[in-house]
Amino acid sequence: MTAIPTNQVCFRTLGHDAPSSLATYESLGGYQVWRRILKEKTPPEEIVEVLKLSMLRGRGGAGFPTGLKWSFVPRTSPGQKYVVCNSDESEPGTFKDRDIMRYNPHQMIEGMAIAGYVMGATVGYNYMRGEFIEPFESCERALKDARESGLLGDNILGSGIDFDMHNHLGAGAYICGEETALLESLEGKKGMPRFKPPFPANYGLYGRPTNVNNTESYASVPIILEKGGQWFLDLGKPNNGGMKIFSVSGHVNKPGNYEVPLGTPFKDLLAMAGGVRDGNRLKAVIPGGSSVPVLPADIILKTDMDYDSLDKAGSMLGAGSVIVMDETTCMVKVLARIAHFYFEESCGQCTPCREGTGWLSRVIHRIEAGEGKLEYLDLLGDVSNKIMGRTICALGDAAAMPVISFIKHFREEFAYHIEHKKCLVENRS
Amino acid sequence: MINIEIDGKKLSVEPGEMIIEVADKAGIAIPRFCYHKKLSIAANCRMCLVEVENAPKPLPACATPVGEGMKVYTQSEKTIEAQKSVMEFLLINHPLDCPICDQGGECELQDVAMGYGEGVSRFTEGKRTVKDKDIGPLIATELTRCIHCTRCVRFGEEVAGIQELGAVQRGEHMKIATYIEGSVDSELSGNVIDLCPVGALTSKPFRFSARAWEMQQRPTIAPHDGVGSHLYLHVMGNQVKRVVPREAEAINETWIADRDRYSYESLHHADRVTKPLVKQEGVWKETDWSQALEVVAKQLNIIAKNDGADQIGCLASPSATLEEHYLLQKWLRALGCQNIDHRLRKTDFRVKEQAPQSAALPCEFTDVEYYDRFLLIGSYLRKDIPMLNHRVRKAVMLGAEVSVLNPVDYDFNFDVAHALISDVRLLSTQLAGILKALSANAPLFSTLPDYLRQVSPDPAQQAVADSLKAGEKVMLFLGSLALHHPEAGLLKALAEGIAKETSGELAFLHEGANAVGARLAGAMPHVGAAGSALPTPGLDAAAMTHAPRKAYVLHQIEPEWDCAYSAQTLQALEQAEFVVALNTFQSDTMLDYADVILPAAAFTETSGTYVNLAGHWQSFEGAVVPQGEARPAWKILRVLANLHDVEGFDYTASTEVRDELKQQVEESAAQSHEVAGQTDTSSLKSYSASRDNTQQGLVRLTETPLYRTDAFVRRSPALQQTTDNQRTGVRVSRQVAEQYKLDPAHPVTLQQGDYSVSLPWQVDEALPGNHVWTAGVAGLGAPFGAIELTQGKVS
Ligand SMILES: Cc1cc2nc3c(=O)[nH]c(=O)nc-3n(C[C@H](O)[C@H](O)[C@H](O)COP(=O)(O)O)c2cc1C
Ligand code: SF4
Ligand code: FES
Repeated sequence: MTAIPTNQVCFRTLGHDAPSSLATYESLGGYQVWRRILKEKTPPEEIVEVLKLSMLRGRGGAGFPTGLKWSFVPRTSPGQKYVVCNSDESEPGTFKDRDIMRYNPHQMIEGMAIAGYVMGATVGYNYMRGEFIEPFESCERALKDARESGLLGDNILGSGIDFDMHNHLGAGAYICGEETALLESLEGKKGMPRFKPPFPANYGLYGRPTNVNNTESYASVPIILEKGGQWFLDLGKPNNGGMKIFSVSGHVNKPGNYEVPLGTPFKDLLAMAGGVRDGNRLKAVIPGGSSVPVLPADIILKTDMDYDSLDKAGSMLGAGSVIVMDETTCMVKVLARIAHFYFEESCGQCTPCREGTGWLSRVIHRIEAGEGKLEYLDLLGDVSNKIMGRTICALGDAAAMPVISFIKHFREEFAYHIEHKKCLVENRS
Repeated sequence: MINIEIDGKKLSVEPGEMIIEVADKAGIAIPRFCYHKKLSIAANCRMCLVEVENAPKPLPACATPVGEGMKVYTQSEKTIEAQKSVMEFLLINHPLDCPICDQGGECELQDVAMGYGEGVSRFTEGKRTVKDKDIGPLIATELTRCIHCTRCVRFGEEVAGIQELGAVQRGEHMKIATYIEGSVDSELSGNVIDLCPVGALTSKPFRFSARAWEMQQRPTIAPHDGVGSHLYLHVMGNQVKRVVPREAEAINETWIADRDRYSYESLHHADRVTKPLVKQEGVWKETDWSQALEVVAKQLNIIAKNDGADQIGCLASPSATLEEHYLLQKWLRALGCQNIDHRLRKTDFRVKEQAPQSAALPCEFTDVEYYDRFLLIGSYLRKDIPMLNHRVRKAVMLGAEVSVLNPVDYDFNFDVAHALISDVRLLSTQLAGILKALSANAPLFSTLPDYLRQVSPDPAQQAVADSLKAGEKVMLFLGSLALHHPEAGLLKALAEGIAKETSGELAFLHEGANAVGARLAGAMPHVGAAGSALPTPGLDAAAMTHAPRKAYVLHQIEPEWDCAYSAQTLQALEQAEFVVALNTFQSDTMLDYADVILPAAAFTETSGTYVNLAGHWQSFEGAVVPQGEARPAWKILRVLANLHDVEGFDYTASTEVRDELKQQVEESAAQSHEVAGQTDTSSLKSYSASRDNTQQGLVRLTETPLYRTDAFVRRSPALQQTTDNQRTGVRVSRQVAEQYKLDPAHPVTLQQGDYSVSLPWQVDEALPGNHVWTAGVAGLGAPFGAIELTQGKVS
């Protein structure tokens, strides 16, 4: 195996002293792009073109091309516009944005400032989940330093361009990671997703045009503009530009964040994470966070870690949250835990999700408790299908997809559990 | 226009419309719970999912705009499957308590479940339950039945303008609740009952008293204010069981005020008079109609003969029907009596009203939404005429600016741009200041008394003037407080002056359901029906009190509550030789002053017409048979006139009465609406004489609370228990409380001339200094007159 390049995009400050400091960031070329834009007033279209070429795809989960998204905001329309960074990071298995904000907050700030410039927005908000005390402090420090160095504020470096931003801590609801619920929450309302269309690009924060991106998406922008769209695209593979941070958790020896090129084979990523613990056999992997379909070992071991390959394998890259499960794992228990999560986190406004997530969770828990019946398996699939695609936001899909995939790939294990009223897995962990 | 297809039916539709709107117009049914055409789109119930060609998933019809060439299938397998799934989800946590649910039989969920539900549930988990809240006397809650459509929440935010209900908690635990522990107090609150598709919010007074299918629905017109909302009475047997709105976009849209919804409760009040009553030597006797009517005819004849018909006075409710007003004046004028008035709470009659006017608003109610500047003069519009206030609120939502001039800082449900809160004695000064700011040389100034000519505008008045000046369409409202004010004539002239300078228009917010009709019918002392001239004018309502008559004819009024000079009117009645009261109710007071009580049918039991403020003649029929021996008042008046041998009283239906007047009105070329600048300004200088320029002493401030407007409302138990109705009694400003060192534990004694009352009191921070506010207090003198206050040592 050739050495896999790492940490060249969002984690480029890692390994340096005081990685989160302005000095370190600037010593590595940080804020160069921002200064250049301020000076040269680079045409925004040019910036968008570079991003389109780079094939940077949204790192928040849906993988929507960032360049394309930026082109949707009506840049020249009059009035206030906003850029918003989604650092809610609440999907079980995800912990990458936290480390970007802890170790390289300036790169995210620079990305947002550039976005503000491109969109004609003068105000930005970085919305963080309620528990992110440490990242919040790190971002606050970075903001203060950037402001003091004149990189943010009014008439930045005499350019006539204004941009400032604010960090905001949420109150700890998963649904506030959904971009329109996030905007509601930011407005001080209860975090409940809006019906779309209209999309935030036209009707966002306080009803104004707003661009929402994930932390990692914003943080990728400055270096793309510094080194070029082609450079970024070449880091990954066609249609899947760049490196991606994978948050590897579960039954591995070295859990953690790994920034590696998109297209890295799963088995290489697993090796970087120290392999499966105790020499156990790999059983299954959820490759993109708890909401994406699970893949059994035989499939994932043959799959590369990029948007298209995972899609083809029947799952999704999501936020790159790789949950590794070894042979000691009881799939019924895992699904029960996941189902409970979505039941708890449903915002409750739309019928299929509000009613369906509770139903799913209760039935799965009954199976887990040895009170299941075989017909429950069809019922679960049926209820999931009645939620999928029929809700206001994608939480409904997030709740349904794990159920469908767990039963599809591990039906026998569920059946065993029902028949024997106990786990197929001996000494389950 | 674009072309779409629903179920193969080709339709040409407006771009931007939602599929459900288009389908509704085309008569194609799509089930829904959260969608309501008057509320914002929530798209949360998902019941309206439909298959759309080329869409991978079914789309919510309520939130999906139509597009060129779109093909929608409302009956396809995919659509039915999606709708059935949603139905299944909705039912899993919905109690199956239809047999004991008030909504049973008229439940949208039940209806749709019949079409889309399965016979057997696959859901074997426990069902969610929600603890109920007491949200006040009008609405019963059974929140376990809630399906979270949020119609009630959106109604509060978007229509009532006060967010009292909200969805707290999330997911399956989400529930509808009052944010802050408390009742729902909006004057429009009952509409959530109609909006709620299930039995989670139902009518508390109606609860468990009838099933939807046992009742018949009969149309009528609301009898309490000048909007005349369209209603349906739900009748079982001969009883009105409840009242719901009847859609009328130009009048009340799909809403009604709580006052119109719950006043039916009074119909069965113990005070109902069900037999003619005659007092003989001080003892009340039930009698039959012919005897009672003969007594009335004879007594009035005797007085007319011996003392002159001028010794008869007639006071009629402004909420009596057009036909009643017309017949009253036709009958009494035939006897030679011109003393007829319905403007019972008015105190200043110096500037004569021009008549006839066919409307009190310069436009339709719907047009009000498109004015961009308002000045409310002496009005708590929100509580006085809720559905008209709703139109102003809509205008504000569209960007209109509202300024108010009031003695109390009322709580409006829209943003008030400029609030002039002023000593009630200085309202004319304030208006003069605004006028000065608009035009220092307005011609009106030359006709005004000195104290108004000399004002110089202060910044607040200037701000109001600037706001009005910047408007394109300006409307000035003279509210009930301005119309009843001792300087009402002056206020009106000033308002006209301001209207002139701003190219604005004037609206008169008269009290009662038929104030415009009463004017057209000639229920005023200075003009006859359709504005016809009179040989000599009679006495107005105040004069009939100040110069007591020998006989009175009272029509549907309770003078202690309905007349400006409460105590004095009672005195006048008591000294009179003969008083006949036509009324639906009796009271102890009435038994004291009256000699004959004629049981008049209630508003649900008679046919008639109300002319609303916008000038619509709204006729209705009796929905139920009068109780006991009560009779429609128009018939009673017909017989009385016959007994007096008055000609032209051969009507066989109330519509003949209406048509007779209508013809006169048409022939008289009635002015469409009182035009600004036509006020006779010759008397304005005389206002100096009555003006207290010191503003030293205490002044009484009064208003008619929302649920005390008429005898029906006053006898409706649920309305009487509302928070709004607690806004009665005595309140004083903080300044007064301190100045008089008032002890909150003891009542205060209020005195106006010979009249005094002792009552508990409260401080009201919204009152200006020197003001004593009394509402729903009987037994005092002039409504806005000087008042003395003492707090004696308590025994
Ligand atoms: C239930 C739910 C939760 C989500 N949580 C997050 C989150 O925590 N962080 C995030 O960046 N995106 C999250 N998203 C995705 C966002 O809605 C949105 O697509 C994303 O912020 C767009 O940024 P990107 O284009 O840079 O990925 C969530 C979506 C859903 C439906
Ligand atoms: S899918 Fe769930 S979380 Fe999303 S809007 Fe509907 S109820 Fe809320
Ligand atoms: S009616 Fe369309 S989602 Fe409720």
